[in-house]
Amino acid sequence: MTIEADPAAQFADFAHPDRLVSGDWLEHHLGAAGLVVVETDEDVLLYETGHIPGAVKIDWHTELNDPVERDYIDGREFAELLREKGIKRDDTVVIYGDKSNWWAAYALWVFSLFGHNDVRLLDGGRAKWEADGRPYSTEHPQIVPSEYPVVERDDSKIRAFKDEVLAHIGHPLIDVRSPEEFSGERTTAPAYPEEGALRAGHIPTAHNVPWAKAAADDGTFKSADELAAIYRAGAGLRDGDSIIAYCRIGERSSHTWFVLTHLLGFNDVRNYDGSWTEWGSAVRVPIVTGAEPGEAPRS
Amino acid sequence: MPAQLATISEDFHAMEQRDRLQLLLEYANELPALPEHYREDPTLFERVEECQSPVFLFVDVDDDSRVHVFATAPAEAPTTRGFASILVQGLEGLSTAEVLATPGDFPQTLGLTALVSPLRIRGMTAMLARIKRQVRERIAG
Repeated sequence: MTIEADPAAQFADFAHPDRLVSGDWLEHHLGAAGLVVVETDEDVLLYETGHIPGAVKIDWHTELNDPVERDYIDGREFAELLREKGIKRDDTVVIYGDKSNWWAAYALWVFSLFGHNDVRLLDGGRAKWEADGRPYSTEHPQIVPSEYPVVERDDSKIRAFKDEVLAHIGHPLIDVRSPEEFSGERTTAPAYPEEGALRAGHIPTAHNVPWAKAAADDGTFKSADELAAIYRAGAGLRDGDSIIAYCRIGERSSHTWFVLTHLLGFNDVRNYDGSWTEWGSAVRVPIVTGAEPGEAPRS
Repeated sequence: MPAQLATISEDFHAMEQRDRLQLLLEYANELPALPEHYREDPTLFERVEECQSPVFLFVDVDDDSRVHVFATAPAEAPTTRGFASILVQGLEGLSTAEVLATPGDFPQTLGLTALVSPLRIRGMTAMLARIKRQVRERIAG
């Protein structure tokens, strides 16, 4: 790891405290060699209104997705993107963004598919940085293009596909959407646009733990004890479990993937990025409606 | 297409991709504040459900059949503010017939799809559709 971890006490009880940095730490380390700060937001213009000085922008929509197929960019394109952004393979990358780091966690998960070793989140994201009165800049940073090796994406460990989810029914499944989407009252998050799922409900046996339960009011992550109460006591997850999380397109569940993997220390967590926009339109997959997880179909 | 909308579109197309975002940001910053007499009556406004941020619209047709669009969107949603501002300014003072004749795919022709993504631009398309519907309702009166 290029730069030492943030020793802040509030991270000490997390499984991988080195995956989070505080505003104090980041402000102190801005400009350090080997550190690149990346902003990833839902709103594509937010970076232009002002960003952490020196931060580069990566847009999840136009830069991390393949423009034609529903998939992520490949190893060659990822290398090209990171070279353009001036990020080296052994750099410490700190990602932050709007909405309690919802999209920042998504970008972090995509970086993890390519095995970028040291990638962290700024706890609390934009909102907390702003609330603490820390500096913003509208200057575009001078980027020196880097060398970044072509590393193929590894979809086998932290990404799940539809057939794998089908086989996983009855094992720990976390649906991180809103209760209305889970029960089948609607196919999209309240106040979000329709994104083309034909049927509503959830994958049989999934537990509903809306992603934002992991975030405190100021956008930071809740404490290890509070998170354990939600996911272990509440959703019944146990050490050694193989877990799949899903939402609508895989972004909200990236946030939960981060919590389960890096804050609570589960070591077999996959994100089903096809999520409800795939499952809810697929032919002949089982769906349960209502507030209860429901039963696995008899086969 | 009405000349003032065509001008906006030409301005975007005349720019390099990266500068187009700056122009959109300028529009976001220029979204006019609501006139005092509308601020007190939030029930006048219609929420654009298709947008991911809370954006509200209201269309006024004056005695000369000229259209005035009013919109609010939060500062933390500059893209949405920019879209609303383009429509508020681009449609300002047009006749009802001109607004209704505006191509429904105007948002897709601004030269922003590669930069902003088609999904986000859908919100602007929905705003335009809602504006036109409100114009029709005002005419039907």
